[in-house]
Amino acid sequence: MSNSYFFNRLLLAIPTLAGAVTITFILLRVVPGDPIAMMTGPGATEADIAQLRAHYGLDHSIAHQFALYLGQVITGDLGTSISLRQDVGELIIGRLPVTVELVLIAMLIAASLALVLALTGTFWRDRWPERLVDSFIGIVVAIPDFLWALSLILILGVAMPVMPIFGRMDLTVSFDSWTNFYLTESLLRGEFEVTRSVLHHMVLPAVSLALPLMAITTRVLKSCLNAEMNREYVTLARTRGFSRLKVIYSQALRNALVPATTLSGVQFTFLIGGTVLVERIFGYPGIGNMAIDAVINRDLPLIQGLVLTFAILFILVNLLIDLFVTFLDPRLRHA
Amino acid sequence: MPDGRPDLPVMHRILREPRVLFGLCILGLMCVAAILAPWLSPHNPLEQDLLFSFLPPSWQENGDPIFFLGTDNLGRDIASRLIYGTRTALIVAIVAATLAALLGTILGMIAGFYGGKIDMLISCAVDIWMSFPAVLLSIVLVAVIGAGLHAVIIAIVIIDWTRFCRVMRAETMVQKERDYVSSAITIGLSRFRILFQEVLPNLLPLLIVLLTLEMGIAIVVETILSFVGLSVASDTPTWGNLIQEGRQYIHQAPWLLGLPVACVVLSVLGLNALGDGIKEVIDPESRQ
Repeated sequence: MSNSYFFNRLLLAIPTLAGAVTITFILLRVVPGDPIAMMTGPGATEADIAQLRAHYGLDHSIAHQFALYLGQVITGDLGTSISLRQDVGELIIGRLPVTVELVLIAMLIAASLALVLALTGTFWRDRWPERLVDSFIGIVVAIPDFLWALSLILILGVAMPVMPIFGRMDLTVSFDSWTNFYLTESLLRGEFEVTRSVLHHMVLPAVSLALPLMAITTRVLKSCLNAEMNREYVTLARTRGFSRLKVIYSQALRNALVPATTLSGVQFTFLIGGTVLVERIFGYPGIGNMAIDAVINRDLPLIQGLVLTFAILFILVNLLIDLFVTFLDPRLRHA
Repeated sequence: MPDGRPDLPVMHRILREPRVLFGLCILGLMCVAAILAPWLSPHNPLEQDLLFSFLPPSWQENGDPIFFLGTDNLGRDIASRLIYGTRTALIVAIVAATLAALLGTILGMIAGFYGGKIDMLISCAVDIWMSFPAVLLSIVLVAVIGAGLHAVIIAIVIIDWTRFCRVMRAETMVQKERDYVSSAITIGLSRFRILFQEVLPNLLPLLIVLLTLEMGIAIVVETILSFVGLSVASDTPTWGNLIQEGRQYIHQAPWLLGLPVACVVLSVLGLNALGDGIKEVIDPESRQ
C-alpha cells in the first residue's frame, strides 16, 4: 500500500480541521446572550462576573481570544465546560465510546443489508424480487433517520413493545466499565448479560441511523452491479458454465464494490451527523445528545469541543473508506 | 432533458406519472389545510380544557366524536393543531426552499459559466460547507441567530444552498458546451444575458425537481428544530412541537406522537414522489 497516498489524505484533513475550528469560533463569538450572565445567579456582583469573564478568557479582544483558543486546541486543552464545570476533553472522551459503538454497529447493519438487497435485486433482475427491492428502497430513502427513529419507537416500542426505547442498557443491569466501550468491553470480559442488554437497546437507534444509508448504498451498489453484469467477462464466465450466482458473487461483486464504495462513502459520514438527533430521541448518552444540551445551555467551550470532535470523526470515516477502497482495488494498492 | 421547448407533450407525460399525481394530491391537501385553517379547524388550536385531556381519537374506545383525532395533555384538539401546524410547515417549505434555490442557483451558474478562479472559490466553499454535519450546523446556527421561524429559514438557506449550487454548476457546464451558447456568443450577446436568458430556461426543469425535494427537507428541518425546542415558541402548534410533546406521553397517549409523525412522513413522501416523478419524465436516463 502506498504510504504517500495516505500521507496526502492526512494533509488534506488539515484545512478541514482548521476550517472547523475557525468557523465554530466565529459563530460562537457572535452568540447573542452572555454565557457568563447565564451561569451566574441574579445575585452575582459586577466583580464576580468580571472574575469569571477573566477565568474563561472572555475579557480579551476577539483576535487575542482566537489565538489563545488555537494554542489551547493544538496542545489538546479544550477548556472547561460552563454548564457542567468539568474539563471538556474529559467529558467528550467519556461520552465518545458510546457514539462510536453506535455508529459502527449502524454502519455494519447498513452495509450488510445493502449487500443482501443489492445481490437479491441483481440475481432476480427484471423479476418480482427486484421490483420489491426497488419499491422498498424508494420508500426508505425518502424518510430521514429522525422520522425512522420516531416511527420505530411507535411500532416496535409502543404498538408491539419488543424493543427498549430509552437509554443505553437496562437499569437492572450494572456494569462497572473502565473504558465506556460497553459492547466491546463486556464481550471481552465475558459479561454476556451486559452485552445482550446493550445490544438490545442499540437495535432501534442503530436501525434508524442505518435505514436511509442502507437505501442509498443499495441503489448505488445495485446500479454498479448491473453495469458489471453487462461486461464481457461476465458473459465469458457464463459461457464457460459458471452459475449466475457464482459469477455475481465471485466476480461482478468484487468489481462493483470499488465504484460503489467510492460513490456511497460520503453517505457514511452523514450518519455521524444523524447521531445528534437519534441519540436525543432514544435518550442515548453519547456526544450527539450532549451537543444538543450544550447548545441549549450555550456552553461555548463544550460546543466548540464537540464540533471539533465531529469534524475529526468525519475525517476518520473518510480515511476508513479510502482504506477500504485501496484494499478492494489492487491497482491502488500497488500504485 | 427534452429537446426544444418544454411544451405540452412533456407536461402531459408529467401529469400522467402516478408519483407526480400522488405528490400533487399531498401538496394540494397541505395548501388547502394551510390556507383554510381557521375554517377547517373544528376547535381553537390553543384552547385548553383539562376536563377533556388525553382523549383518544374518536374511533378508539372512550373517543369523543367532537375531538375527531383526540386531545393532548391540556385538552387541546389535535386535529386543529395539526391543521394549523401545516401552515408553519408550508411557509418554511416554500420560503426556505425558494431562497436556498435562489442563492445556490445564482452561485452555481456563475461558477459553472465563468469557471476559473471564481469557480474554484465557490466549489471550495461548497466542499468545506458539506463537510459539516448539517444537523449540528443548523442547531448551532439557530442557537446563534436565536430561536424563531426566521432563524429556522435562515439556517436552512445557509446550509442547503450547496445542494443547488453543486447540481446547477454541473448542469451549467453541460449547457455551456451546447451549440446555442456558441451561437449566442457569435451574435454578440453579453455573457450575463446569455447566462440568464438562454441558459437559465434550460436549467428550470432540473431546478423544479430540486426545489420540490428541498421543500421536503425544509419540512423535516423545521420539525427537527421544533423538536429540539429551537423553532417557534413551544405553544405554537407546529408538527415538531406536537412531536416533542407526544414523545413525553408516549406510553399514555401514543396518538400524540403517531399523528404528527404521520403528517410529516406523508408530506415528505409526497414531495419526494413529486420530485422523483418529474425527474424521471424529463430525464429518463436517471432511472438507473
